[in-house]
Amino acid sequence: MSDEPLLDVSDLTVSFDFRRRSLAAVSGVSFRLARGERLGIVGESGAGKSVTGFAILNLISKPGRITGGTISFEGRELTALRAEEMRQVRGNRISMIFQDPMMTLNPVLTVGTQMVETIRAHAGVSRRQAEERAVEALRKVYISSPERRLRQYPHEFSGGMRQRIVIAIALLTSPALIIADEPTTALDVTIQAEIMDLLLKLCESERMGLILITHDLAVVSQVTQRIAVMYAGRIVELGETARIVENPSHPYTRGLLAALPQSAARGRRLAQIPGSMPNLTTVPAGCPFSDRCERCESVCRERIPPLTAKDTGCLAACHLLD
Amino acid sequence: MFAFIVRRILQAVVVMAVISCIGFAIKHSFGDPVRELSGMTVSAQERERLREELGLNDPFLVQWGRFLKGAVHGDLGMSYLYKKPAMEIILGKAPATMELVIAASVIILILSVPIGIYAAVRPRSWLSRFFMGVSVIGVSIPVFLTAILLISIFSVQLGWLPSFGRGNELTPLFGGAWMSGFFTWDGITHLVLPALSLSSIMLPLFIRLIRAEMKETLEAEYVKFARAKGLKPWRVLVVHAFKNTLLPVITVGGVQLGIMIAYTVLTETVFQWQGMGFMFLEALQRSDVSLMSAYLVFVGFVFVVVNTVVDIVYGLVNPMVRIAGRK
Repeated sequence: MSDEPLLDVSDLTVSFDFRRRSLAAVSGVSFRLARGERLGIVGESGAGKSVTGFAILNLISKPGRITGGTISFEGRELTALRAEEMRQVRGNRISMIFQDPMMTLNPVLTVGTQMVETIRAHAGVSRRQAEERAVEALRKVYISSPERRLRQYPHEFSGGMRQRIVIAIALLTSPALIIADEPTTALDVTIQAEIMDLLLKLCESERMGLILITHDLAVVSQVTQRIAVMYAGRIVELGETARIVENPSHPYTRGLLAALPQSAARGRRLAQIPGSMPNLTTVPAGCPFSDRCERCESVCRERIPPLTAKDTGCLAACHLLD
Repeated sequence: MFAFIVRRILQAVVVMAVISCIGFAIKHSFGDPVRELSGMTVSAQERERLREELGLNDPFLVQWGRFLKGAVHGDLGMSYLYKKPAMEIILGKAPATMELVIAASVIILILSVPIGIYAAVRPRSWLSRFFMGVSVIGVSIPVFLTAILLISIFSVQLGWLPSFGRGNELTPLFGGAWMSGFFTWDGITHLVLPALSLSSIMLPLFIRLIRAEMKETLEAEYVKFARAKGLKPWRVLVVHAFKNTLLPVITVGGVQLGIMIAYTVLTETVFQWQGMGFMFLEALQRSDVSLMSAYLVFVGFVFVVVNTVVDIVYGLVNPMVRIAGRK
């Protein structure tokens, strides 16, 4: 393989038409992903993480749409594909794992049907062959007696098992990239670790790229090689996971890391970032974080800081670091 | 699944017992068979003797028990008007009503499913708005008015379709027990207008129901996931979204099917359609209480059977009900 990245998102902007205004949920987001690389997208709810993930598959629901930028995947420009070409990429080259396994599987179809249809949507194989592949995929995620399990409905499985089935569905077509949108948020803590381990192991053994969308910095630091921190639709810090966790540049990233329970001294109150993230209609002019930043200066209120290389070795969008 | 069916049938039996009680209570309190059976000249003692003989002086529960026993054997008493067993008359009229209801249901099914789905998928298109607008009008106009409008347009002005009756070319089925209008062109042309007006109330309701349910299902995570899996759009729509839409539609549909039998009273009267509804109105006008209560019990029976079948079908579509029944 050449140096060409698996995925190259450049200046991506996603807007939602709302009361005759166009509000940008994601603005000017750029990142690259090498083959087999794992990237975490971190941020609070509403930061634009999920929208970024859905935009890659061109699955933004109305009234939202991609209004700018390019998404290049395996050398193809995804935003320029026709509907049928895009369908052939979805679930085939790029798979997605959703947040709540209770909701992602269709309650009235057997697990087998939901797996077989995925294979048959992308490969001209017989039902029999597709079922064999489904059984094999269920084995990979440690579902016991998979042949029998294929005939069962989603409500006959526990939450953790359902998420493993969702992961098995994502694996069916040997994709080059998996986008996992908060894959463990809806699960018990004990099962969270189990699912993350499984996902990490499978990504490594199948050499799949992973975009892990989460608000859980602890999870991201264990699984990913690089992190993009998002705030109000923009990437505010981007770099290697280890560096960012050890030495965060952007005030927002610092705030997030300081708020982690494990970084606080015993018996002390947890640190928190004052205020809450602006919604799309109230993003301040200049730096979107300026209202909550303790170091805010006049320049922060005037200009949006660009994402530039800082001496910590990461990219950060802040006027006050140089 | 077997236990589920058995339990559902037992429930149906209880409901039938209650319906028969109500039906019998009406007959018991409003009708006096002795007056209907005897002439002006019969003396008071003679009447009393007849009353005793017929068991009309027994307690209510005993009489109801006798009525129930008869009903189980298909005997719902005598019609005073026709001087024949009420059941015989009802069974003679039932096929006409059933054909009308079946035809109306087919119209509803064929039109509401595609229109409902289309209106859910493209809610902003002018065609969807047109359907929704027309459906409001359809719901608002009473059935008899729709019927008269249809007659005025298609029978009187255009002269395309007959305005009353079932035509003269009926086909006998089951050895003449069922006279069917489905097999001749004449029978079908007679069926079109009554079936259309009968469906006019339920069709808009079903379109709106399917649209609303479908819209909700299309927002569901599993539909998004189905898209993310790269399935073909029609498969996402029909297999993933519509199958889930079906659940509430089946439930409501079963009840509505029963209600439609009630609406046949209006439709059959306007179109002089010789079915149960027409017969019921006649019984009402001639105060044939016996036939009326028999009609009530019979329609109640049909209603309960339809609902039980619908529940069992629901169980087949929804795997979770099956599990509940297995426990």
